[in-house]
Amino acid sequence: MATAAENIPSQFEVLDSSLESEMTLSMGPQHPSTHGVLRLDLKLDGELVINVIPDIGYLHTGMENLFEYKKYQQGIVITDRMDYLNPLGNNLAYVMAAEKLLDLEIPERAQVIRVLMCELQRIASHMVWLGTHCLDIGAMSVFFYCFRQREKILNLIEAASGGRMTPSYFRIGGLMMDLPAGFENRCNQFLADFPEAMDTFDTLVTGNTIWMSRTKGIGIIERDEAINWGLTGPCLRGSGVELDLRRHNPYCGYETYDFDIPVEHDGDVWARFKVRMRECLESYKIVRQALDRLKPGPIKADAPKIVLPDRDDMRKHMDSLIHHFLIVAEGFNVPEGEVYHAIEASKGELGVYMKSNGGPKPERVHFRGPSFVNLAALPVMSEGEMVADVVAIIGSLDIVLGEIDR
Amino acid sequence: MTEKLHGYVENLKTKNAAWVESVVESHGEVTVFVPRESILDICRFLTAEHGFDMLADLCGVDRGPEEEPRFEVNYHLFSTIHYSRLRLKVLLSDDDPHVPTLTRLWKTANWHERETYDLFGIIFDGHPDLRRILLPSDFDGHALRKDYPLRGYEPYSLN
Amino acid sequence: MGLENNLFDSLPDVVTVKLDAIVNWARKSSLWPATFGLACCAIEMMNTVSARNDLSRFGAETFRASPRQADVMIVSGRVSRKMAPVLRRIYDQMPEPKWVISMGACATSGGVFDNYAIVQGVDKIVPVDVYVPGCPPRPEMLVHAIMMLQDKIMKESVKDRRDTYEPESRVSMVPGTLPVTEGTALETEMESEVLAGETSRPYSVPSKHERRRSS
Repeated sequence: MATAAENIPSQFEVLDSSLESEMTLSMGPQHPSTHGVLRLDLKLDGELVINVIPDIGYLHTGMENLFEYKKYQQGIVITDRMDYLNPLGNNLAYVMAAEKLLDLEIPERAQVIRVLMCELQRIASHMVWLGTHCLDIGAMSVFFYCFRQREKILNLIEAASGGRMTPSYFRIGGLMMDLPAGFENRCNQFLADFPEAMDTFDTLVTGNTIWMSRTKGIGIIERDEAINWGLTGPCLRGSGVELDLRRHNPYCGYETYDFDIPVEHDGDVWARFKVRMRECLESYKIVRQALDRLKPGPIKADAPKIVLPDRDDMRKHMDSLIHHFLIVAEGFNVPEGEVYHAIEASKGELGVYMKSNGGPKPERVHFRGPSFVNLAALPVMSEGEMVADVVAIIGSLDIVLGEIDR
Repeated sequence: MTEKLHGYVENLKTKNAAWVESVVESHGEVTVFVPRESILDICRFLTAEHGFDMLADLCGVDRGPEEEPRFEVNYHLFSTIHYSRLRLKVLLSDDDPHVPTLTRLWKTANWHERETYDLFGIIFDGHPDLRRILLPSDFDGHALRKDYPLRGYEPYSLN
Repeated sequence: MGLENNLFDSLPDVVTVKLDAIVNWARKSSLWPATFGLACCAIEMMNTVSARNDLSRFGAETFRASPRQADVMIVSGRVSRKMAPVLRRIYDQMPEPKWVISMGACATSGGVFDNYAIVQGVDKIVPVDVYVPGCPPRPEMLVHAIMMLQDKIMKESVKDRRDTYEPESRVSMVPGTLPVTEGTALETEMESEVLAGETSRPYSVPSKHERRRSS
């Protein structure tokens, strides 16, 4: 009798075994809340996440390969398309690495404009993050408010560089061109509205009970683990580590600006959210200071063989014309050597490893994308959470697939 | 800034003279050439004694098929305590591109090493999950090697 | 008193109209794009939907995550070789009528990325109706592209837009094979094998309007 009972499982046994069974769910690459073409293999027990295996490479563009075939100044264009929410940050990292190799001195005005534009871009990047993060969690209308603010910044960037999303504004040795007339006024107009807009976002999202219950205590990563996983930027600061390369490895004169580093200690989605929201206001402070510091002056380094001459000079001086021709046709030789330059992009430490073999094209350019490293920590964060929380965690990491896959 | 870094390198040397092959300083950055067998021990030492607790970046370099040694692996260490950077460099030859993994020390090394394996074919011994990360699993060749054509091999097929 | 009342006042009770005209008019007035965001252009695509450009003025704001509910696939960004089979499969999953807008230089021709990783133009994988230049195109350009597509839809015949046989398209799909073989030796090789009945076609059978275009 006993054997017969074993052979025929009772109804409850069947139910139990199906509960224990593990299920694999493939999420993406075409999924609205994976922020592009990320694919996740979710190992699920019911709705609980046992393991997440990210599968990336669906946007692999071979950029690092292309850099080796492009002259130094041509590479700037490719960096725009890497982290397309923060193109000026990418420009800056690339350009500064090349300048480090060339030992170029950048004039004061160019430095201030770089800081100004980068901080504006950081706000724009955070606006996209906020909009899409809210969209993922289910708050639709925030998206429209965010994109309205972002549009204003894009207009400013377009006024300065001519491109909305792919500006290529920073050049090796300075800027493409000076700010247009009336830029300060337009910038002030935007800044006048911005704190109010942040208040709107706070009203819409921060105090919202649903938002809090969806984000608090979700996707926790502890301080030591965050460092071990190499997290940087708001993700690391959300875990209680005060690290901001603008302060601790200063570049572009960031050490002279007055700003705070927002730090939260919980390490969950909510903490990362708070850090980014406060960062927007810190960037706003920096933009204000940078606007005050804008003094007339040169915007290009004094290196005629590297920096393109002004149009006006080319019409008057023969040697400027020759330099222009040579830079465009043959490029410039960069002394042999290797550098690693890291900046604080909107998502974390954006590092550029650049190796030169003395010619006009780099031997190797490697980008350390913050999203790439941050995404690697997704499995630890989402273990034991619900499927819906995985979406919230991805949103809080603020990944951009263009930078992850390169 | 670099005096402090040189101090760390001196400490490395006193700990084990074989650990430091040579030291290069340029553009305010210090590069230490280290033997590949002891890379894990060196990193452990630097983490424990000198606070280099973060692996900021790991990347490979191909110097070209005619060079010997052909490959470089660069480890950019960063400290969240004193905020300085140090570069360790391992040289590898073409016919033996093996280097011990750092995943036991830093979990972030996992993806960096997979990427380096994917694009250069450098094999990280002891890596828990060494497979391609960016390119499809049946991709032919290693894309960032100098002898790999920019447009790839045609006709391209996933089979 | 709405627009309908005005219409009723000015028109007779029964209107005769070509079936094509009325069906196409209905189709063009409510295009549902699939959210197929790939790269930079996807952000501009999001911008097109957002407050300033407001794509809903043209009846195309209902972005659908599921290809089963979508009419238009806006390929926004570069298509890598790893993504190409996925893209084709999503296109196959869309029911007829379906259209494709190739948004941006990368989707159209590979753009600045002429290398091993990027498919040099999405038209090697799916038939494209409207190409949008730019890197990335401005939201206005995407709006214009959608209006161009609407014009194009008005000129189509309903007969050309029939679904492929379900079993046929299911059998013909060999997972993992990549249809980027156009013009290569592999293609002729594959064609002869297909004719001899040794293997099935590596990508799904082209739908009727695709065949018409290629012939």
